[in-house]
Amino acid sequence: MKINWFKYSAPSTFYPLTHKLVPVFAGLAFLLIMGGLYWGFFQTPDLLTDQKQYYRILYVHVGAAWMSMWLYAVLVFWALIGLIFNTRLAYMLAAATAPTGAIFTFLTLWTGAFWGKTSWGTYWDWDPRMTTELILLFLYIGYMALQSAIDDSRRSDRASALLATVGLVLIPIIFWSVNCPDPNQCAALHQQSSMSQVEGNIRIAWLVTALGFWMFAFMVILMRVKNIILQREQHTTWVKRLICSNEGQQ
Amino acid sequence: MFTIFKTLLIRDLTLAMRRKTDVLSALFFFIIVISLFPLGAGIDKAVLQKIAPDIVWVAALLASMLALERLFSSDYEDGTLEQMLISSQPLTVIVLAKVFAHWLLTGLPLVLIAPLVGLQYHLDNHAILIMVLSILLGTPILSLLGAIGAALTLGLRGGGILIAVLILPLYIPILIYGSGAVSASMMQGESQAYLLLLGAFLLLSLIFTPWATAAALRISSE
Amino acid sequence: MSISEFFSMGGFGYYVWMSMGMALLLMLGEVFVLKSQRKGLIKQIKRTIRREKTRL
Repeated sequence: MKINWFKYSAPSTFYPLTHKLVPVFAGLAFLLIMGGLYWGFFQTPDLLTDQKQYYRILYVHVGAAWMSMWLYAVLVFWALIGLIFNTRLAYMLAAATAPTGAIFTFLTLWTGAFWGKTSWGTYWDWDPRMTTELILLFLYIGYMALQSAIDDSRRSDRASALLATVGLVLIPIIFWSVNCPDPNQCAALHQQSSMSQVEGNIRIAWLVTALGFWMFAFMVILMRVKNIILQREQHTTWVKRLICSNEGQQ
Repeated sequence: MFTIFKTLLIRDLTLAMRRKTDVLSALFFFIIVISLFPLGAGIDKAVLQKIAPDIVWVAALLASMLALERLFSSDYEDGTLEQMLISSQPLTVIVLAKVFAHWLLTGLPLVLIAPLVGLQYHLDNHAILIMVLSILLGTPILSLLGAIGAALTLGLRGGGILIAVLILPLYIPILIYGSGAVSASMMQGESQAYLLLLGAFLLLSLIFTPWATAAALRISSE
Repeated sequence: MSISEFFSMGGFGYYVWMSMGMALLLMLGEVFVLKSQRKGLIKQIKRTIRREKTRL
């Protein structure tokens, strides 16, 4: 079977597709997040005694942190597709991803601050991971600032796509430099993943919640793409016909 | 290819010499910022020595950032840039020449003034030498990376502040290793690794950034 | 486990609920903003359509 992928690269054919997908992802996101949090809050009472209740912050923190980084990769992916194939929709998807990524990055910092206060006694510390996340927020902000500063949508799309790509190339260097500010001692600095040390039920809770966040990201990104399409194509006939035919419900 | 590089370099330098304030303002900005810090942070010798590398580097970052806005804008306004884009000469070489001229006018003065700053902050001779070397290696990277931002924000209102938002996060590694080199040299540490890293960054940015800047110029001037 | 016990989170209630609350606020807020943005857009497009019709 041959699927014509490029069929959906036109906003006019993509728009009805998103309309069908948004409720699906909304439902999945709701179920998964609620399920994950239920598991985390009510299926782990023995593990989380009174002294360790603050562990529950991690159910949102971990998912948000994963999404904040993953969405930057998604953003760059669409930006590159846009630059290579010169499709408008790819740029729109990249533009729609950035605000959601920034929101998850902010949420990571916020929940991380409260987690830090409970476990380390301070809201903020210049720990490599926190600094990394802060810089990621700056990169998202830079992308959105450039996007909104240019009025011509064709130029703003391509310019911000290039910026995101440059950011991706530099990210490993930035993160590495934050991780080891002293190159003489780099070998000693390895961040271990704490994933495997975590108890099973807690791990299930945050994996499911993270999956739910992912579905939520799909949902809001598609919603934002719909808005961007409407905004940019508002003078085309297909948009006008769509609005007229369905009284704006579609 | 080398002729175009030389011609453009001489042209940019001549143009800049006719408007000396543009060149000197970046330098004076650097000196003023650096002289302000002791007034705020106190004139305790130990404190000044401790914060000197970071202040010098942050000031260098901001100074080279301030000058970036004019890197392409005057050529963009009078149409020269358009001629450069449609000329048969490789755009990356043109970009490289312009960035090099820009560095000679805004980065090199900082290198030359750095020993004076070192004296202001009571650094010893070895630390001053390392500081000069790190700025010598680091400021060209700032100009090369900054050129991408300057090209992307070409002709936009409020371009200067936008460049800062776009580019400053990308300057972080240079800030870390630049000031790290000076700090290490003061604490009897080995600063060679820092300088080698800065050198590696310089080579990488020499190869890749003109290409990205050229792409950005094409996007911006369409 | 009583309700007040649940909300106190063993003394960490402030931290846990500040985190959860911000997550809820941001996620619902994002959806809400997008929906209202969409309504505004549709209204605007309808207005232009009407204006074009009356002109004809």
